[in-house]
Amino acid sequence: MASQGLEKEQSVQQLIAQSRNKKGKKIVEKLMPLILIITALISVLTTIGIVFTLIFETFEFFQRVSITDYLFGTEWLPFSGSEPLYGVLPLVLGTLKVSVIAACVAVPLGIAAAIYLSEYASDKTRRIVKPILEVLAGVPTIVYGFFALTFVTPLLQQLIPSLKIFNALSPGIVVGIMILPMIASLSEDAMSSVPNSIREGALALGATKLEVSLKVVLPAALSGIVSSVVLAVSRAIGETMIVSLAGGATPTFEFNVTGSIQTMTAYIVQVSSGDAGYGTTIYYSIYAVGFTLFIFTLLMNLLAQYISKRFREEY
Amino acid sequence: MKYIDDTVVMKRMKSRLQINKFWKAIFFIATSLALFALVILLVRILSQGTGYLNWDFFSNFGSRFAEKAGIKAALIGSIYLMLVIAPVSMILGVGTAIYLEEYAKKNKFTDFIQMNISNLAGVPSIVFGLLGLTIFARMLFLGKSILAAGLTMSLLILPVIIVAAQEAIRAVPKEQREASYGMGATKWQTITRVVLPAAIPGILTGSILALSRAVGETAPLVVLGIPVILQFLPDSLLSEFTTLPLQIYDWAKRPQEEFQYVAAAGIIVLMALLVIMNSIAIFIRNKFQKRY
Amino acid sequence: MVDLMIKNSDETKVKSPKQAVSKLKNTIEKKTVFGTKNFNLWYGSHHALKDIQLDIKENDVTAIIGPSGCGKSTYIKALNRMVELVPIVKTSGEINYRGRNIFESSYEVEELRTKVGMVFQKPNPFPKSIYDNIAYGPRIHGIKNKKILDEIVEKSLRGAAIWDEVKDRLNQNAYGLSGGQQQRICIARCLAIEPDVILMDEPTSALDPISTLKVEELVQELKDNYSIIIVTHNMQQAARISDKTAFFLNGEVVEFDYTDKIFSTPRDGRTEDYISGRFG
Repeated sequence: MASQGLEKEQSVQQLIAQSRNKKGKKIVEKLMPLILIITALISVLTTIGIVFTLIFETFEFFQRVSITDYLFGTEWLPFSGSEPLYGVLPLVLGTLKVSVIAACVAVPLGIAAAIYLSEYASDKTRRIVKPILEVLAGVPTIVYGFFALTFVTPLLQQLIPSLKIFNALSPGIVVGIMILPMIASLSEDAMSSVPNSIREGALALGATKLEVSLKVVLPAALSGIVSSVVLAVSRAIGETMIVSLAGGATPTFEFNVTGSIQTMTAYIVQVSSGDAGYGTTIYYSIYAVGFTLFIFTLLMNLLAQYISKRFREEY
Repeated sequence: MKYIDDTVVMKRMKSRLQINKFWKAIFFIATSLALFALVILLVRILSQGTGYLNWDFFSNFGSRFAEKAGIKAALIGSIYLMLVIAPVSMILGVGTAIYLEEYAKKNKFTDFIQMNISNLAGVPSIVFGLLGLTIFARMLFLGKSILAAGLTMSLLILPVIIVAAQEAIRAVPKEQREASYGMGATKWQTITRVVLPAAIPGILTGSILALSRAVGETAPLVVLGIPVILQFLPDSLLSEFTTLPLQIYDWAKRPQEEFQYVAAAGIIVLMALLVIMNSIAIFIRNKFQKRY
Repeated sequence: MVDLMIKNSDETKVKSPKQAVSKLKNTIEKKTVFGTKNFNLWYGSHHALKDIQLDIKENDVTAIIGPSGCGKSTYIKALNRMVELVPIVKTSGEINYRGRNIFESSYEVEELRTKVGMVFQKPNPFPKSIYDNIAYGPRIHGIKNKKILDEIVEKSLRGAAIWDEVKDRLNQNAYGLSGGQQQRICIARCLAIEPDVILMDEPTSALDPISTLKVEELVQELKDNYSIIIVTHNMQQAARISDKTAFFLNGEVVEFDYTDKIFSTPRDGRTEDYISGRFG
């Protein structure tokens, strides 16, 4: 056995030594990290591309429209031929109306659902409900938009006769349904990562499940819950198709929710589906609006990251 | 003297338990409401659209007349679009994930890339449309082609794929890598022969889910100016085309009531496509569950 | 070289001249595989190995024992430069494999690891077929010929005394095997590239007693063809299977000698305390 083994040892190691001389292996070893780092830089380039695109085209826009008119103007009338007005506040207000309504729907329901799933529901229920929530989150927004326009609006009109066909309420509610799974699922993650020992400590003192949920688990998971809400609202602000279909195209600076509105995103869609020629002020205005939108969502995302990092509970 | 009076505690206990029950019911109703919304949505769309689903619907192009309108161009366009997005986003996404998990040192630059990715994931899809319009459509002269739309959409879902691939790669135990290095394998050999084979199910699942998001996405395509009614099929990556969500958007916008039914029928087709993609993803996930 | 060795054995303070002669003879006869000189290793600021001096001989089974955290695993992982997978590791001094310092910048780590195989604490077969597991090493080193691979696989599995148990299911996933079988598959995988040295990092700590026995028997068989260095937390195991034993404590080699000597008449009080179970 010993001598046979020795023979073989030489042959295997010799075979290895023969193929070691091939140069290709070494080149691949050096080349691949370079290729991979290039792919990784694409994501950085994308961000740079977005920022620069928005900045350059917005700069072009501000050559033609004064920045104070844009930021503080309360009338958005880009299509009025003789004297177009570019005050962004009506678009911002339209966006906020929808987002606030959406948050009013999604935050209570989402957190309630998260509490139910994390604290009350059996394992089996959780295993059924969570995938269904995922399905809800995977429904394309165009489908939600159609649902808002053809089902929710007519339904609401029966309750509120003054409601217009295009309004803030219906898309607001539907955007709320859209972001609900996000809040429910992220908040549930935050709550179920609170260790059981903490729950048991309170339960052993005779606290009810509700008291444990609200006074022990909820505070411990608060940072996760708040950041899920901020992320969801940011998603609502950037939502496009629901508001384009059901919100209308009338930017107004009024606070009622029954009339037609226009959000920032819906304006970009309106211009894009029309024939605003390249190089016109209207063409550049979608970048200015896009930039405004980008700033809003970026700030929200950074806020969410800050909250979940700064106030993370260490168990 | 006792500080705690048992009779008072027991009396209060009753009401506390009732409050608990009451809120449990509230929480349950909230959860059900979310599920109920999904049921209404599906029932509503199925009841509206099923009647319009027939062979003509699949074989006709778009039309001004509801009864002649079909989704041939949109369905084919969506599939072509996927054929661009899938390879581009997966090569970029998996490459980035390998770099971050296997090569990148823990330093500021790596943290920056990672933070950039999570912020990119939060950028509204319509902003990606603006990026695509400037860079791909205008600067690279790709216009309203499949390629322009495919590249835009690839960048849109890139962060999702990167994160999914990172998680899948991270889930491969370090003992597996050690075993490979211990045999004298190089880093790249270890990645291609040990890490990736073990991570592929997770990568595929995440990628298919991301792809299904791209298939249902509308806003960036509207910004790119992708046309809605086309009477021809695309014949190359540089042809104009249309997609299912765009077609549905166009129908849903029309005032005539019949087009609502056509839109619902289109939605059924779109949702069926998504269900198929999700089923494949779930199948892969269950079939190749990790064995460590 | 010889000079150094004599100095080394001087340090062991032999008691009788007869012993000294036999030891010297042995030292000269057997070649050194791993010569460690003034070797230090830091994890960040933690000084994990301090001035290690060890000469490990060809075709010996060398056991490394010591309480957890003493640096024994770190040392064995330094021998095939596996420690470098931890990014914050720094080293100084030399480890010479067959006379060449493995930390030399021109030393290809892959080449070293082809000669110095490793078996890990937890069985870690790849989630591939048994055949592919064994053929992994030869394949990455460029051996593609199916016939040669077949031969290598059979020989390695026989060498790891597991051929009879798996020969009918070479295409099944290695994860279907028991823990003990998996570990022997890992040993077979290591044998497939016919290394010169086999490092074993607590190879039986995750195994049941019967599987442990099989692995120990295997180690005894393998020592004819390979030099084996085995880290173990199990002192009986070290006593049963090793020729020489090194006792590590707090990153230092307290004592290195013939196993029977270490276990019968340890020179250092700390060794005696550890072996008699007073700590660790």
